[in-house]
Amino acid sequence: MIVFENVEYVYPNGVKALDGVTLRIERGEVIALMGENGSGKTTLLKHINGLLKPTRGRVLVDGVDTKSATVAELAKKVGLVFQNAESMFFSSTVWDEVAFALRNFGYDESVVRRRVEWALNFMELGDYAESSPFLLSGGEKKRLALAIILAWSPEVIALDEPTTGQDQLQKEKLMQMIRLLKEQGRTIIISSHDVEFIAQLKPRIILMKRGRIIADGDAEKILLDESLLSSCNLLPPQIASLTKELGFIGVKPSLKHPREVAKEILEALGRILPKKLTE
Amino acid sequence: MSRVDRREAGGEAEGAPAIIRVEGLSFKYYGSDQYALRDVNLVVKKGEFIVLAGRSGCGKTTLLRCFNGLIPNFYEGEMSGRVLVDGMDTRNMPTHILSQVAGMVFQNPDNQLFALSVEADVAFPLENLGLPREVILERIEWALKILGIEDLRYRSPFELSGGQKQKVAIASVLAMRPKILLLDEPTSSLDPASAKNLIDSIVELNRREGLTIIISEHRLDLILPYADRLIVMDRGRIVRDDDPRAILKDEDLLVYGVAPPRVSEVARYVNAHGGCLRFDRMPLTIREFVEKVRGLIG
Repeated sequence: MIVFENVEYVYPNGVKALDGVTLRIERGEVIALMGENGSGKTTLLKHINGLLKPTRGRVLVDGVDTKSATVAELAKKVGLVFQNAESMFFSSTVWDEVAFALRNFGYDESVVRRRVEWALNFMELGDYAESSPFLLSGGEKKRLALAIILAWSPEVIALDEPTTGQDQLQKEKLMQMIRLLKEQGRTIIISSHDVEFIAQLKPRIILMKRGRIIADGDAEKILLDESLLSSCNLLPPQIASLTKELGFIGVKPSLKHPREVAKEILEALGRILPKKLTE
Repeated sequence: MSRVDRREAGGEAEGAPAIIRVEGLSFKYYGSDQYALRDVNLVVKKGEFIVLAGRSGCGKTTLLRCFNGLIPNFYEGEMSGRVLVDGMDTRNMPTHILSQVAGMVFQNPDNQLFALSVEADVAFPLENLGLPREVILERIEWALKILGIEDLRYRSPFELSGGQKQKVAIASVLAMRPKILLLDEPTSSLDPASAKNLIDSIVELNRREGLTIIISEHRLDLILPYADRLIVMDRGRIVRDDDPRAILKDEDLLVYGVAPPRVSEVARYVNAHGGCLRFDRMPLTIREFVEKVRGLIG
């Protein structure tokens, strides 16, 4: 469980990035932190693994105040994938990069091998096992960072803008990975302004603006609230706008799959049209 | 406006002269064992608005680099076929000449900005061309004005938001007065509202200044309503090149790793079901979708 108690964070240059954040995240939750660039999402994530310590207030991870824990201690529980994946890498091969954390935690070499192999294959990086991480493309680097987390599978996983620069197939892969980790009972916290991706994932959403939490609720509640989103410089998902605009034929606002929405539209028209024809 | 709308409105792309001609282009980066481009053939007309889509690594960036001569003049590799930009063969023309015809804006504006003020950043390439001071000042004013960022002129690029930085990067390219603007996923690091705002500016440049636009983008929902043409690439080849509505109507773009706008996806499912509602012309915006439904129920 992660608890933020009235957390304030001021960067050394005087910018206040978190301004009274109070928050409780239960084990096994999937959470999206949303908000425009500069709203405090990344700063909040960095408090969870202790990279940043609150200027005021406190952050508790499983009851332990992050101020009294080292990053190394927290790292056993919390894995953070930065937006810029490259900053994580230092090994000479992709394989070693994924194996590093596992070896560090003292896993048996046969377990390490199995996990690394599985994670690389899942992220479609099997062919690159012997390549240098630095020679991968941008999208591949991002997938490598995710493979590391996947193999290591810490209790809490924080992903900073994981969909940036990813094509649709990679996003689907990421979606599968998040669902898999959720099945394993992991707590997953994603910062993102990719409304379409989040609309598909349907997590609990925490909406941030200027260092504050301005809304907290399930995906349907937040993503269907157009004025709330626009106050945070976010656009509603297209399905939300479309279903809302089609209210006049009796379609209900939703975040459903396009296939379902198409069916609902045809059903709604089926109810209206025969009546009209007989009038 | 789509290509059809623009033709009706007397737009200039249709029947306009070619500004880029690509003939049998293949390219392999030095040290790579795979071709990044395979037998690409393409004619771009003056004033067209073209969106390039496809999986990461499909060749979009490589193709853009061929249009301003970064390939083969900067990136080494094996190139066959030819690329003519405004009549110039890119193999025989230095990059500093080509960049005055085709300007490139990259994914991350931080790689493009380096000076202490916005004005200095925009002025830098012009000073390199040895232009007189009055001309430089005039062009800076013009470029900042057309992007609506006159107020940023004396600010430091490093204190700007991502969207503002990207506009400054575009301004510094525009000040060279190119005929073609090439943009490589320019919105990927921006939040949605900033992305939309940037795309609106790019559309303005096409409509008001007649610039030819070629933009690679993953987020088709924001950009396709303005595109004359959608070019889909896969493993270095062009697999579709047509009016976006035509492609969306008969192709499931997901197999190419491209997410179609959700509203077109819904329309595709509606068409597949068959029934009282049928889209002969695929909607690219929510408004187009809703208008069709309104028309049906009267």
